[in-house]
Amino acid sequence: MKKIETLEMINIYKSFQGVRANDNINLKVSSGEILGLLGENGAGKTTLMNILYGIYQPDAGEIRVNGHRISIDSPKASIDHGIGMVHQHFMLIQNHTVIENIALGYARAPMLFPQKKMRQSIVSFSEKFNFNIDPDKKVWQLSAGEQQRVEIIKALVNGAGLLILDEPTSVLTPQETRDFFHVLEKMRKDGQMIILISHKLDEIKKICDRVTVLRKGRVVGHACTEQMDKRSLARMMIGREVIFSFSREKMSRKEKVLDVVDVEVDGDKGYPVVNGISFEVYRNEIFGIAGVAGNGQRELVEAITGLRMVTHGRIRINDIDITNQSPRKIHNTGVSHVPEERIRFGIAPNLFLYENAILKQHHQKKFSRRAFLAYGRIKAHTRQLIKDFQVATPSINIQTKNLSGGNIQKLILGREIADKPDLLVASHPTYGLDVGATEYLRNQLLKRRAEGGAVLLVSEDLDEIFELCDRVAVIFQGKFMGILESDDSRIADIGLMMAGTKDLRTGEGADDSF
Amino acid sequence: MIHFKVSDREQISAIGTILTLVLALAAGMAAIGLIFILCNVNPIFAFRKIFSGSFGSIYGFKETLTKAIPLILIGGGLAVVFKAKFWNIGAESQLLMGAIFGTWVGLHWGPVLPSPIIVPLMFFAGFIGGAFWGLIPAILKLRFSINEVISTLMLNYICAEFLTLLIVGPWKSKKKFGFPYTDDLPDSAILSLLPGSRIHTATLILAVISVVVLAIVIYKTRFGYEVRVIGENPDAAKYAGIDFSRTTILIMVISGGMAGLAGVGEVAGIHHYLSYPDSISSGYGFTAIIVAWLAKLNPIYVIFSGIFFAGILVGGDAIQISLGLPAATVDVFNGTLLIFLIMGDFFTKNKVRLLLKERA
Repeated sequence: MKKIETLEMINIYKSFQGVRANDNINLKVSSGEILGLLGENGAGKTTLMNILYGIYQPDAGEIRVNGHRISIDSPKASIDHGIGMVHQHFMLIQNHTVIENIALGYARAPMLFPQKKMRQSIVSFSEKFNFNIDPDKKVWQLSAGEQQRVEIIKALVNGAGLLILDEPTSVLTPQETRDFFHVLEKMRKDGQMIILISHKLDEIKKICDRVTVLRKGRVVGHACTEQMDKRSLARMMIGREVIFSFSREKMSRKEKVLDVVDVEVDGDKGYPVVNGISFEVYRNEIFGIAGVAGNGQRELVEAITGLRMVTHGRIRINDIDITNQSPRKIHNTGVSHVPEERIRFGIAPNLFLYENAILKQHHQKKFSRRAFLAYGRIKAHTRQLIKDFQVATPSINIQTKNLSGGNIQKLILGREIADKPDLLVASHPTYGLDVGATEYLRNQLLKRRAEGGAVLLVSEDLDEIFELCDRVAVIFQGKFMGILESDDSRIADIGLMMAGTKDLRTGEGADDSF
Repeated sequence: MIHFKVSDREQISAIGTILTLVLALAAGMAAIGLIFILCNVNPIFAFRKIFSGSFGSIYGFKETLTKAIPLILIGGGLAVVFKAKFWNIGAESQLLMGAIFGTWVGLHWGPVLPSPIIVPLMFFAGFIGGAFWGLIPAILKLRFSINEVISTLMLNYICAEFLTLLIVGPWKSKKKFGFPYTDDLPDSAILSLLPGSRIHTATLILAVISVVVLAIVIYKTRFGYEVRVIGENPDAAKYAGIDFSRTTILIMVISGGMAGLAGVGEVAGIHHYLSYPDSISSGYGFTAIIVAWLAKLNPIYVIFSGIFFAGILVGGDAIQISLGLPAATVDVFNGTLLIFLIMGDFFTKNKVRLLLKERA
């Protein structure tokens, strides 16, 4: 088979349940070139690459390799065409050695004793790119950077001429990132073709030859990175000069509801991901936390709602210390939570809709009589809820998993708002919803604000942040780059702050490793 | 090329559920029929023997009800823990531990206390015994993340050996001609039987009442709601502030305790003394797993599936005698049915379509 030299994606369309994830996308990449694919979360980058890797089929459009139209109906077909993908979350078997993992993904591995043959090719790739990997180590003994190199070798031994890297630096330390970029440069010299998915402007600027920017499923621009500065890239990614809609009436800041003091939280891997954050949220206020996913906002929210231990600092609600209290106790002090992963945390999919409508509130007096649940009142409440929050469902007696994602989200938001919480913590409340549902849910948040509630809104969607928030904090690597009033002129630099290149506290870039 | 397309099934009607259940049982029976054929036994004849032995005569049906008692008790408890997806495979030894505790109370206080006091006391002790034995795997899981399937299964062996140790050692009777049995329970501690049968009425009533209560607990109370949320989505349960440890401990107390009650029933109603583990329970703790499963983890339905499987146990005895098949036949029978029931579940949760055309 001829080596892959050019790849084109032409007029690609893909939609999921009526939401356009990819809308008429074109891109081209050739040998010896690194193409950056830039966009916010939900812009359609990963969908597009999954099409290229054979995980999804496009609704329309074609893919051409070396000018010939090809069809990719499975990852295997993709590999056969010389395309390799390194996913953001590594697909390695932790208890197996490097050699075993690579042999597992190797199409031409001999049936018996594949180690010998594999060892040679691993060592040769290792030397070529200075990978320095011991083929006999088990994967769990390797650092994230080393695991990533194993994934890269895995793709290269299968003869990948095009390497797709999905957010490759999100798991790396700055040092590892530098090494990784050296490897990419070496590959480029070698004639390798690379697509780098990222939302970090610095990286794109530093390593890519060209960049294709996606926003809301569409290509908003192609450019040579040399001719662009970070500010104009940020503008392309976010989509406009920052403009405010002043439809919100101004409300004075009175009582403090949430008080977070110098909080530190560990992530899943056991090292700190929230590094000393302090802020307050008041009644009649929506406080936004903007930032690229993975900078500690999820862990911060989990710490506030009691799902994760706080290692340092205090959290108070209405002057009651709730640091490291149980989720129920925190809920009882007046905190509601719309979780980020709504299917995973927000509902029990096989239970009936009315049973999910009281999740977290089932112990309250209004829904129970002594040890028993008051199903009459629960059902009446559910009917009111689905009416008020326009949850489209044939009945309240159906299993909740049958609802669409948008309707589940409305149910959860309705459930949490109907509780009239002093503090509503909403993580990505409109992520993946269509325009109508989004607008409705945003209005509900504004309504809660007008009623005297405090809202903590975590979102990557800057439209949402600008439309709703009275104040915005930008989070980067577990710290706030600054807290801005919505009428602060510096808010135009929010894209740079999200990328960690502008820090209002010092006026300098926070991360000068590039 | 022919291939299958599997997708999530959104909704299944009650009739659909029953139909899959019936079809799964029928398919299971067909598979068992094949096994009979391999053993040179006419399957139709064998099935007729099994069901006429258990449901076809008054004597047979009385035996069936006798064996249904422990199955209903244990199955009801298992339905509750299985709802929370805690896989208790140790009901067999929770039954034995209940029998040990109950017997101890009966032997010590039976001679001095009247029946209306000693019998409830024995059941209470049996519940405590089973609950205690069920708590161990719960605590191991919560404290050390030890998989409950392994721990409950292994505890079965420990308890069986412990019981054997008791009956050949300290508890061995001096009046039983050297057999490894305990003394007989005193008359006040022995359950009265329905005349002309071995049905110990007190335990039967207790069994029916308990499963009804458990059904109410599961479907009507806050606690039951929390159990179901934990089983459906443990992450959501944590998010909702449900105390996983407390709930796990409580359900294992219930499940172990129910098995313990069954153990007391077997000793005080049928055997009247402790002997080898295999004779105290003929695998009720394992059969009850299938009972709970066939009942779709609804404690009320456990009454019916308990009687059904008791019938198979009785019928199994009948074919052992009349067809000369080995005792393990019943285990093969039950195991095969369980596999088919679990396979049937797949069809209630997924839509499976057979596609004849070429893959695109």
